[in-house]
Amino acid sequence: MKILVPIKRVPDWQIKLKLLPDGSNIQTEGIKWIINTFDEIAVEEAIRLKEKGAVTEIVLVSVGPADVRNRLEYALAMGADSAILVKHDGPVDSDLAARAIAEVFKKGEYQMLLLGKQAIDSDSSQTAQLLAGRLNLPQACFASKVSVENGHATVTREVDGGLETIKIPLPCVISTDLRLNEPRYAALPNLMKAKKKPFEEISLESLGVSPEVKTRVKSLSLPAGRKAGRKVADVAELLSVLQNEAKVL
Amino acid sequence: MSSVLLFVQHDGGKVLKGTLVALTAAQELRATWGAGDIVGVVLGTGAAVAAREVSEYGLSKVLYSEQPLFERYRAEPYARAVAVAMREIGATTVVGLASSTGKDLLPRVAALVDGAQASDIVGVNADGSLKRPMYAGNILADVELLASTRIVSVRGTAFAPAVKSGAQGNVAELALAADPELRDQPRFGEVIGYEHSKADRPSLSDAEVVVSGGRALGSAENFEKVVFPLADALKAAVGASRAAVDSGYAPNDWQVGQTGKVVAPNLYIALGISGAIQHLAGMKDSKVIVAVNKDPDAPIFEVADYGLVADLFQVAPQLTEALKNR
Repeated sequence: MKILVPIKRVPDWQIKLKLLPDGSNIQTEGIKWIINTFDEIAVEEAIRLKEKGAVTEIVLVSVGPADVRNRLEYALAMGADSAILVKHDGPVDSDLAARAIAEVFKKGEYQMLLLGKQAIDSDSSQTAQLLAGRLNLPQACFASKVSVENGHATVTREVDGGLETIKIPLPCVISTDLRLNEPRYAALPNLMKAKKKPFEEISLESLGVSPEVKTRVKSLSLPAGRKAGRKVADVAELLSVLQNEAKVL
Repeated sequence: MSSVLLFVQHDGGKVLKGTLVALTAAQELRATWGAGDIVGVVLGTGAAVAAREVSEYGLSKVLYSEQPLFERYRAEPYARAVAVAMREIGATTVVGLASSTGKDLLPRVAALVDGAQASDIVGVNADGSLKRPMYAGNILADVELLASTRIVSVRGTAFAPAVKSGAQGNVAELALAADPELRDQPRFGEVIGYEHSKADRPSLSDAEVVVSGGRALGSAENFEKVVFPLADALKAAVGASRAAVDSGYAPNDWQVGQTGKVVAPNLYIALGISGAIQHLAGMKDSKVIVAVNKDPDAPIFEVADYGLVADLFQVAPQLTEALKNR
């Protein structure tokens, strides 16, 4: 079975973000981009499903500017088979990404969409659910365990208060949580070979998707920092300040 | 004027406190966006009881359904039902709590009604834009929703819970017969297992006090020996850092941080947590933060009101004893 793995590139979480002077965006010039942490987990899971024989072909898709190719090639080097870049230089929100990816999904004989539960830049956690809703497919979000057999996926979901396991028929949408797996590194020789794997660049127009977005970031700001407090000498002092100064006990 | 629909989350008929937080946000949105009344929708076992409870908080009407289809939460039928309720009352705004259920459900609703969504909002601005954290809480964004149908999920710590209004709204059963999709549920599969984490303590999301442990705990046994007694002495919920969860010292749903729970208790005690930005994203809005760490340079001290540079294995038992003898 063939599966579609959407990925988003995001600023490396290890860098300190700076805002443009007018607060319209973060400074992106020269920053390091990575595959969204959760999408990388989805790529890894797709590869593991292929290694187990449950999946035969892994197609990647991303919506964004031309240089997203670089991150798609990294995921190809991890072990995906081919990639589609829906090239778009304008703003992309979860809704536009989902509308574009839904059209790509409809054009292939895909049995599953497997993607991260949230992007670590916008932290919206919408795209997988939007895809499932638009395509009217069953969804299993926040997966910490996935298995596929006999036309069904069995997924353990991380929910408030515990773990829930659901069994849903294919085709379906699965979003990956943090502890599903630990993604492998792409080896250098594979990075070279990845450049030869099938790579298709298409436009929103060719998919019949309008480039309008439904959300607009008006401005960004840095949250008021928390002031560092002070050190206390021992448990007795700690107890005393919590009772008499902070009055939380 | 169009209505605001509140998705009422409950636990077997008891309305979640977070739902009342979402209701406060809904009231602010109604005032700022100029909407009409607020109507609730409640699904699942105990929905009728929960509907009566929430109807006392200033809702004009509460629609409920206890159909077997809704016995266990599933995104597919729940999203259809919310869309049906929107049509019935003429709602163009849906508001709900950004819990794991709300996060799962609300974007699916957005897809069904072609709406614009803002996730996990922490404020409503006077110009109608919404404040929400991005980049693990390192940046706050003011976001405009450009579609006429708008979906909003609300961070459970960001608004004060709504209070009773003194009046009681209408409670009525939601009519669902009109939706043929709701008769085709086998194709959405089934829940085959559920594993509760131990819940003899307050839940992380609601607790007034949270005691969290980090990698320095070293084992699940040490969590039990050192963190639990302190938490019990404080009637606190227990949390953990990602490192502690990854190491298997604590279950997944105890994780506080960007990808785990966001908490804002009156008192947050971090034991042996270094303070990675992903962890800070989940707790830095706590009223008072206490950090205990052997490393004087641990970043957690940069956000802590009170820091104690010491061995948690000595501090926690001492503190527990002192609290018991208060």
